[in-house]
Amino acid sequence: MTTARTTPEVGGMGHSIKRKEDPRFIRGKGTYVDDVVLPGMLYLDIVRSPHAHAKIVKIDTSKATAVPGVLAVITGADLAKYNLHWMPTLMSDTQMVLPVEKVMYQAQEVAAVLATTRYAAADGAAAVDVEYDPLPAVVDPHKALEPGAPVLRTDKKDKKDNHIWHWEWGDRAATDRAFAEADVTVKERIYIPRIHVASIETCGCVAHFDKVQDKLTVWMTTQAPHAIRTVFALVAGHVGLAEHKIRIISPDIGGGFGGKVPVYPGYVIAVAASVLTGKPVKWIEDRMENLQADSFARDYHITAELAARKDGTLTALRIKTLADHGYTDAAANPSKFPAGLFHVCTGSYDLKAAHVEVDGAYTNKPPGGIAYRCSFRVTEAVHTIERMVDIMAHQLGQDPAELRKKNFIRPEQFPYKSALGWEYDSGNYAGALDKAMQMIGYAELKREQAEKRKRGELMGIGISSFTEIVGAGPSKHFDILGLKMFDSCEIRVHPTGKAIARFGTKSQGQGHETTYAQILAEELGIPAADIQIEEGDTDTAPYGLGTYASRSTPVAGAAAAVAARKILDKARKIAAHLLEAAPDDLVYEPGKFSVKGAPNRSKTIQDCAFAAYTNHPQGMEAGLEAVSYYDPPNLTYPFGSYICVVDIDSGTGEVKVRRFVAIDDCGNIINPMIVEGQVHGGLTMGLAPALLEEIQYDEHGNVQGGSFIDYLLPTAVETPKWEVGNTVTPSPHHPIGAKGIGESATVGAPAAIANAVVDALWHLGVRHVDIPITPPKVWKLLREHGVKD
Amino acid sequence: MIPAGFDYHAPTTIGEATALLSRLGEDAKVLSGGQSLIPLLKLRLASPRHLIDINRIPGLAYMKEADGTLRIGALTREADLEESEAVRTRYPLLADAARTIADPLVRNLATVAGNLAHGDPANDHPAVMLALGAEIVATGPSGERRIPVGSFFKGPFETALRGDELLTEIRVPAPAPRSGGSYIKLERKVGDFATAAVAVQLTLAADGTCAAVGIGLTNVGLTPIKAEKAEAALRGKRLDETTIREAGLLAADAARPEADLRGSVEYKKDVVRVLTMRALRKALERAGGGR
Amino acid sequence: MNVQVTINGDKLGADVEPRLLLVHLIREVFRLTGTHIGCDTTHCGACTVLLDGRPVKSCTMFAVQANGRDIQTVEGLEQNGALHPLQEGFMAEHGLQCGYCTPGMLMTSKAFLEKHPSPSEDDIRWAISGNLCRCTGYVNIVKAVQHAAAKLRAAAPAGGAR
Repeated sequence: MTTARTTPEVGGMGHSIKRKEDPRFIRGKGTYVDDVVLPGMLYLDIVRSPHAHAKIVKIDTSKATAVPGVLAVITGADLAKYNLHWMPTLMSDTQMVLPVEKVMYQAQEVAAVLATTRYAAADGAAAVDVEYDPLPAVVDPHKALEPGAPVLRTDKKDKKDNHIWHWEWGDRAATDRAFAEADVTVKERIYIPRIHVASIETCGCVAHFDKVQDKLTVWMTTQAPHAIRTVFALVAGHVGLAEHKIRIISPDIGGGFGGKVPVYPGYVIAVAASVLTGKPVKWIEDRMENLQADSFARDYHITAELAARKDGTLTALRIKTLADHGYTDAAANPSKFPAGLFHVCTGSYDLKAAHVEVDGAYTNKPPGGIAYRCSFRVTEAVHTIERMVDIMAHQLGQDPAELRKKNFIRPEQFPYKSALGWEYDSGNYAGALDKAMQMIGYAELKREQAEKRKRGELMGIGISSFTEIVGAGPSKHFDILGLKMFDSCEIRVHPTGKAIARFGTKSQGQGHETTYAQILAEELGIPAADIQIEEGDTDTAPYGLGTYASRSTPVAGAAAAVAARKILDKARKIAAHLLEAAPDDLVYEPGKFSVKGAPNRSKTIQDCAFAAYTNHPQGMEAGLEAVSYYDPPNLTYPFGSYICVVDIDSGTGEVKVRRFVAIDDCGNIINPMIVEGQVHGGLTMGLAPALLEEIQYDEHGNVQGGSFIDYLLPTAVETPKWEVGNTVTPSPHHPIGAKGIGESATVGAPAAIANAVVDALWHLGVRHVDIPITPPKVWKLLREHGVKD
Repeated sequence: MIPAGFDYHAPTTIGEATALLSRLGEDAKVLSGGQSLIPLLKLRLASPRHLIDINRIPGLAYMKEADGTLRIGALTREADLEESEAVRTRYPLLADAARTIADPLVRNLATVAGNLAHGDPANDHPAVMLALGAEIVATGPSGERRIPVGSFFKGPFETALRGDELLTEIRVPAPAPRSGGSYIKLERKVGDFATAAVAVQLTLAADGTCAAVGIGLTNVGLTPIKAEKAEAALRGKRLDETTIREAGLLAADAARPEADLRGSVEYKKDVVRVLTMRALRKALERAGGGR
Repeated sequence: MNVQVTINGDKLGADVEPRLLLVHLIREVFRLTGTHIGCDTTHCGACTVLLDGRPVKSCTMFAVQANGRDIQTVEGLEQNGALHPLQEGFMAEHGLQCGYCTPGMLMTSKAFLEKHPSPSEDDIRWAISGNLCRCTGYVNIVKAVQHAAAKLRAAAPAGGAR
């Protein structure tokens, strides 16, 4: 569907209507959590461990409690009285809220200071004296799994090692056979280091336990308010918090990207403090806390192998991965998938055999793993397959675009069952790649590269042709802590033909107030401007699993369409009643029912709405509303092809991205302007890990890169002038044919950049560079391979 | 994020300021731009009991050319340098450097004097002033003192300023005809400190050989470094690819960087080599030399 | 200490500790919460306000330093119900997504366009290099500023550059 069905005034699908959320943001009138102020509100500041691994000998709070304004210092011992010192993680592991015996990562929460002002809380935190007995830190996950390594989870009675789980998928025997029979195999070690989402707003909450109403309200930076409510009820039910007495409000969120899914100790401590004092308690972390303690992303040590025939037909993929999870498995994965959707790693290619295995390890680092726009480990999967395909192409001396096209799943093969069991809904991979090649002038660039190479100038062209997998997910396989991953939409149409619709998702900048209204406008013909969209308040919104992993359009967007169609079913009957015709004799176009063959006999949706309250057919309930809890039949598979051109400064090792063309296909597009914006932002969060961002640890577990001084977010100067375009291949199973777009660019871009750099250096003997591809790394490769300025 | 408490003083004359410094000694810090100091206070890496805000002292924000020098007052902001047509045309090295300091917003508050007085070898102006052969004017309770910039930087965060002195003026010699300068900074992104940076100021003689040259290196030592051997190798010679190459090697040799997240020792030294050559070529071009 | 400032044309005062950061004066004492906090090392620029017309990071100034001075925040951009062309530009060009960096971007851009009415794209990227955005990838922010620049130039008195 490329031409819009509705008028611009209605603003249905395909229109780039301006965003309904913008008026408050451009005036500085958004309500973010730190903007919430309640009478008598107290402030919480957290004391954090300087050690990666240490016994807690003593916590001396005397100086802190003497600071004017400080009311209390909360420690693990205090929470232990209520059995709140440990809590479950989203992967059914356990996590400390506040430690009693030992700390397990640098920057771990050790104590919390409650005070009357933000500044007093900070003074109090600075005055808490903690005595530690340092223990040897286990930092390298390989060493963590060696026999004799110190066992980290001494809290688990029977745990004798640091191995969390082993997970594997695919036909090992068939894959091994394919490798044995292959003409060519390539093997590479790929490390994708830790990074952090670093949304410009950090995490925080205002917890308010109202003693009179016996009700807890928490304003919280969360992407999944309902799940949080249920988790709180389950975890703290024993201290009297029942789910109907908990209200989570996710107000305006300044960026989420997956970093605002987990339950951080700060939230729980703030809630406990509010329950104990009966006063509102605000906790807002600062940036260094956010970078050093909140959920990281990636940290996968991958060994990948790809097999092919000598004509370039790819036959098999074999991957072994070590996943560094930090001290507990708190990855926000669907519960059946400890390695997320990593097994989409056969990518866009018709690989007949594949096997993948992942082992999780504990280390003395913060927990996490799923964040940073990764779609549940899909960035890791795509980076791997796209690097390997590129290595294979260069090894065989074949053009990387040609090798890809030779092996793409062909349009007629869809729906396509991959060797690792995923059923891809639709795709036109060659179409996207061709468009990207045309837009960037691929042939001309290859000529330029050949000429430059003769002069010793280093220029590279890199391709990434990715398949994404989003829209978690069908209830058969997808749940978070048992909560199935459906999502919901509840619509109510008012007598005067306007409407309100609430959802179980939660936008953090994706524009749901606009795009959901457009889906409904498309279906109902009610102008998008007349439809109010709400999310995020668990007292009013229907239950949902929240917004992350690009699931909102595929799941809640579908729910919107289904709910709208239920509304239309009823509206049709009302229209028939008004027109004195049979419902089946009516023809519907967005916003209007008319009698077949007599188009001047019609009723608008607004007429029907009014009649629903003033003239509804006898025997029918009044009102015009519907709800849908949508259980998707499958995931959706957005895809795209990106091409990147880099120039390398052989003096300094700097990599300059000269051009970057991105062709994305997210099926039917709701708002082209918003889709473009998602791609721009996603590409920038793909460039950042490719060239700039990394969180490292020294051998003692001290974090390197724990502030914006060294954790390098790109500014407008480092960010290329993205060139974007799209193709449209609808999803056959989605009610509006849409697939989701939020994370595609972050998933696909790093490989394009890495491939471009390696392409620039391949003739020197370089096969692979791990991201981030920093100037010192490139410089070292150049010098090692005989290139001086 | 929240600094510890302090007593705040806002003197309105230099005399008041130096008297306060004299009285309060080690317990006091001068607040000018605050863009280096306040971040330290917020992280509680420094907790002075007294802050002496000199921003209320009138007559300290100026750039004027007089008696063969460019005089920069203590409260001249980096943005003022960046926006000055005179600086851009006659002191391109200064203009180049100002543009690379932090980001445009920080530059609206950060002062040139503060960039020097803070004594951080990672700051940009120290090497620039070394290359320019500038002079620091320090004012204390007993009057003014002129300190050649070569004697100004003693160690990391340690300058020749006494505890009761304010850096009140910087004097940069006006360049002779056929002069040019350039500052090239390798940074990981806008706003970062230099991985390494090189400041070059040179003057050509009538016959096109190098009459004078200053080369300063940023963030590759405990203090800014004057690459004296590299300078000596160029003086009196024609600047061509051979002499420029040699100067680059000598400058790299003079660098004493530490390995950190920006790179290894070998990397930083090689960056010094490369940037020295590039800065020399650029300065030469601006001096009207080269082909 | 007593601090008197003019904010968005209103004279406001408060008794504050010397260590109170200017951004906290604005947000917590005067309850103008459009100015945001995004980091602790003076990098992100979410706290950008205009001080005597110049954009500064209000998290790296003390409130007492602003005594007697003029401050403009995002709340002061709209005048008599009319949006500033930059506000219109950001809406027209989808220059914001989550909105958190937006006030800082607006204030920086306002001061920038007053000094540079006909900037190139690279000039704009340079001007906002002290403001971090995680959502937009900057492309549409640049377009928004260009949109506003064109509007401002069209509205400027003939021959006048401010």
